[in-house]
Amino acid sequence: MTTEAELRLRERLSKLAGVRLLRGTKLSAELERLQEQLDRLTAEATDEEIWQRVLLARHADRPYTLDYVERMFDDFFELRGDRARLDDAAIVTGMGRLAGRTVVLVGQQKGRDLKERTLRNFGMAYPEGYRKAIRAMELADRHGFPLLALVDTPGAYPGVVAEQHGQGGAIARSQAAMARLGVPTVAVVIGEGGSGGAVALAVADKVLMQENAIYSVISPEGCASILWRDASQAQKAAAAFKPDAAHCLELGVIDGIVPEPAGGAHADPDLAAQLLREAVEGAFAELDGAAPLELRRARRAKFRAMGVLA
Amino acid sequence: MAQMSAPRIDVSIEHKRAQLEERDAGHPNTCPSCNSHYRDDELERHLRVCPYCGHHFPVRARERIAQLVDEGTFVEEDADLRSADPLGFFDLRPYTERLAEAELATGLGDAMVIGGARIEGAACRLAVMDFAFMGGSMGSVVGEKFARACESAAGAGVPLVSVAASGGARMQEGILALMQLPKTVCAVEELHDAGCALISVLTHPTTGGLLASFASLGDVLLAEPGALMSFAGPRVVQQTTREKLPDDFGRAEQNLRFGHIDAIVPRQQLRPTIARLLRLFAP
Repeated sequence: MTTEAELRLRERLSKLAGVRLLRGTKLSAELERLQEQLDRLTAEATDEEIWQRVLLARHADRPYTLDYVERMFDDFFELRGDRARLDDAAIVTGMGRLAGRTVVLVGQQKGRDLKERTLRNFGMAYPEGYRKAIRAMELADRHGFPLLALVDTPGAYPGVVAEQHGQGGAIARSQAAMARLGVPTVAVVIGEGGSGGAVALAVADKVLMQENAIYSVISPEGCASILWRDASQAQKAAAAFKPDAAHCLELGVIDGIVPEPAGGAHADPDLAAQLLREAVEGAFAELDGAAPLELRRARRAKFRAMGVLA
Repeated sequence: MAQMSAPRIDVSIEHKRAQLEERDAGHPNTCPSCNSHYRDDELERHLRVCPYCGHHFPVRARERIAQLVDEGTFVEEDADLRSADPLGFFDLRPYTERLAEAELATGLGDAMVIGGARIEGAACRLAVMDFAFMGGSMGSVVGEKFARACESAAGAGVPLVSVAASGGARMQEGILALMQLPKTVCAVEELHDAGCALISVLTHPTTGGLLASFASLGDVLLAEPGALMSFAGPRVVQQTTREKLPDDFGRAEQNLRFGHIDAIVPRQQLRPTIARLLRLFAP
């Protein structure tokens, strides 16, 4: 990491504090954590450390979408089904009260035990799941409700039937639906942000990542299976494309990092939910009062600017 | 960035395998489905379609443009865009070296050529991909060029014709490559808001991030016969699910049957078909 890159990150961190994204009483503690993160980064994150984050992001006890919904929302009502074919349990949609107003939620849901994992397909949605998400997004837009997306998926399901039902097109249309919304949108990667299946729910005004979440163009196993034709080389692959939150922040892909309890979100789910709630409320507060067309324009402009040219 | 922990990835085995596959595949002008062999000028004259069995060979971006547009009308835009190396990505060789090598081999700055042209007299903008440039992978430059093509089309009030040929997002650009999906999706939304049409042509192969972004968002989707168009490639599906793949897995024919595209258009019919659509979309 060169001094220049480090400076860019420092600048981003100070900007974060400046825009009150992570505000309130926890501010100093959170900045401290970010500072620690920066220090770790400048101390050159080893391949091993990046892999540790991948493992934490996938930890079997890590809180999933519904664990946060339970702790953050009041009076949550689940919306089910894509109104065409079925109800894909890998994506949860619904509406509930958050910070005194109705908010629509979309998010991937992994399973906790074997039975639920099978039911939820390990958080890997079929096209029907994305169509259900689009339905919830359009509901939010129709009634002026803010949208919260919690992203946690190894990727969209790569199967024969998923392809027959139009996986690629469903992911494209889910992004297009988000790009059209005239309501405030916040997306948080809370575990694995795996490729197209993740970005399908993450075309938001504010995109955040939890400290130990990962966000990547391809799963480490997928990358390994393409570059090495051997999925067991995942650790090397993860080190190559740097899916950790600090790198995503540095590259301008996300707007902020949500701190986790020491040891990871699974160590204290209640505290993790409290920190997530504060960050989400802060992000929504920043978007308050913006006109629908202005929200849409700014959101599209943000994604339009992503990328690095020579 | 140069000192950032450069991951050393040993892909030598992969490269040896690729070399073997290339050798087994025989001459590039030998038809893989009927084994007929052609001189290059013969193939070019037949739009790189096997005159015996109809197999569609790959077409490079500039040749594709020449096949589609009225002669002498194509004016290229933004040819000077080049990719940076945001991750300091290093597999067998540095990403920067691969880029330079691809440019030398293809004569292109990246995997997409954009510009304005006329097709049977109708003005349009074109965004044409070239699979020969790093597998047509989409990184920052492809995303940027596509977005600029949308803006150029919207500015001129004409339709955009995109021709996709891509393995998906460019892994060497990491998360920024993934961000080209929403970037191009947002560009299509702006194009549509400006009242302009997107005609999306899918050629072999159009997979991964391309199918999950702008290529699927055309007002009309056309595919060439036999083109593979799937979000997950056959090998990934096989490896992760152990499912038995149907013979036409992800092919254009299957996609037509399941309602994902509007038509399969043989290459000889592509120019007149696009021209018809341009006339239909004209105000």
